[in-house]
Order: sequence, then C-alpha cells, then structure tokens
Amino acid sequence: MTVKELTELIGAEDMTPEADGNTEVTCGYTCDLLSWVMAHGAAGMAWITVQTHMNVIAVASLMEMAVVIIPEGIQMEEPSLEKAREEGIHVLQSEKTAFEICAILSRNGLAGK
Amino acid sequence: MAVLLEKSFPVEAGAYTTAGEASTTIKRTLKQLGISAEVLRHVSVACYEVELNLVIHSLGGTLTLLVDPEKVTLISRDVGPGIPDIDKAMTEGFSTANEEARTLGFGAGMGLPNMKRNATEFDIQSEVGVGTTITMSFALQ
Repeated sequence: MTVKELTELIGAEDMTPEADGNTEVTCGYTCDLLSWVMAHGAAGMAWITVQTHMNVIAVASLMEMAVVIIPEGIQMEEPSLEKAREEGIHVLQSEKTAFEICAILSRNGLAGK
Repeated sequence: MAVLLEKSFPVEAGAYTTAGEASTTIKRTLKQLGISAEVLRHVSVACYEVELNLVIHSLGGTLTLLVDPEKVTLISRDVGPGIPDIDKAMTEGFSTANEEARTLGFGAGMGLPNMKRNATEFDIQSEVGVGTTITMSFALQ
C-alpha cells in the first residue's frame, strides 16, 4: 500500500502533506526504543512510536523508512516536523493506539518486517 | 589503496538534538558517489550508532570517513573517558547510558553489537583516561 492509502485507512492526520504520498509501504513495526529500531528497522517501513524528538526523524531517514506514525493523539514537536519535511519523511498523527493501528494495517494486508 | 575521499566531522558530547547530522551528511556523500543501496544502509546504521555513542558516552570526538576503490572506512576517535571492559561493552543488552539518553529511547545496549553486525571489519581500542577508537570498514564488492 502507499502512504496515502495507509493514511486514509487509519484516518490519520498528515503532518507532512508535501512529501510524496505514493511512497510504497513495505512492512509495519512498532517500538519506542530507538536503539532497537536501529537494529531491526527496514527500508519502506511504517514505524509507529510515541517518541517525538528529532532523533526519530534521523533514524527513519537513515533507514529509508516510508512513514512515521505517532499514535494516541500525541503531537510531534515542530522542530522534528521541520526536520521531517527537510528529509522528505512522512509523519502521521493518529488518535488511535499503536495496537489499533497495527490491527488495521494487518487486516489490510501489511506484513510485519 | 588510493584514498578517493576523506572527510572529518566533529561530534560534541551531549548534543542530542544534532545527533545524526554527521551520519546524514556521510550518507548523502556516499549516495552521490554511487555506493550501492545495501552498503549504504550498513554504513548508515553503523555510522549513526557510533555517532550516538560519541554523543552519549564520550567527552567529544571526531568521526572520519575514508573512501577508496575497495571499501568505505569509518573511524571514530574520542578524547575519553575510555571503556574499562570492552568485552562487557560489546555484550548485547549491556549499557551505561544515562537517564537522558534512556528517556530518548537509547541505551538498549545494542550500539556496539549493531556496529559489528553491519561492518565487514570492526575494531575497537580503548584506554581509560585516554579515549576510544573504533575503526569499521565496509567492503564495496
């Protein structure tokens, strides 16, 4: 699925609408330990995390992830969003929990890594 | 082997907000050189881990990128404090990261093992009170 399709599926708010919505999402993952994500992340990944600082964007960008999803109505701070726009990384914010987002994505055919 | 490119990046201790800038620049530089996506990914992961280690654990240091026709080499040199027990530091899950680093989601004890996993060759030398040097190379073929 594309980032645009994923955004519609989970009803998320797109915080970086200028990024290319046709980017392909290859797998999904959820984890808040950045060190762990560095070891287990993958290119094209949709990564769900409650972390909102700048290092999240650095990890997503270095691993060439497709999209970062912030759950439970948590707001990513503006400097991180600016960095995301600079790096062309998609950031979505959702009211749903990480569990609910994973369930929806899984039901719609997105695999784990 | 003839060095095609050499660049150094200073990394400041405790500079969490700018952590990753050197790695991002290095990745961009290598991409421009036409390095394959797979090698680029290994270098990026190892580079970010070592840059974070400089930020979290060192008193400051330098990250150096060297490229020759056969490999990419990353050298991290810091000015201390040095690692008392390298075997322990290399153990997955062992971490001495402070509370600030842990709050940001670091300090899972994955850094050094992750560097070793991603590099073709990995070497770590450390002396307490002097500093640590980590040398990693990534084969281009």
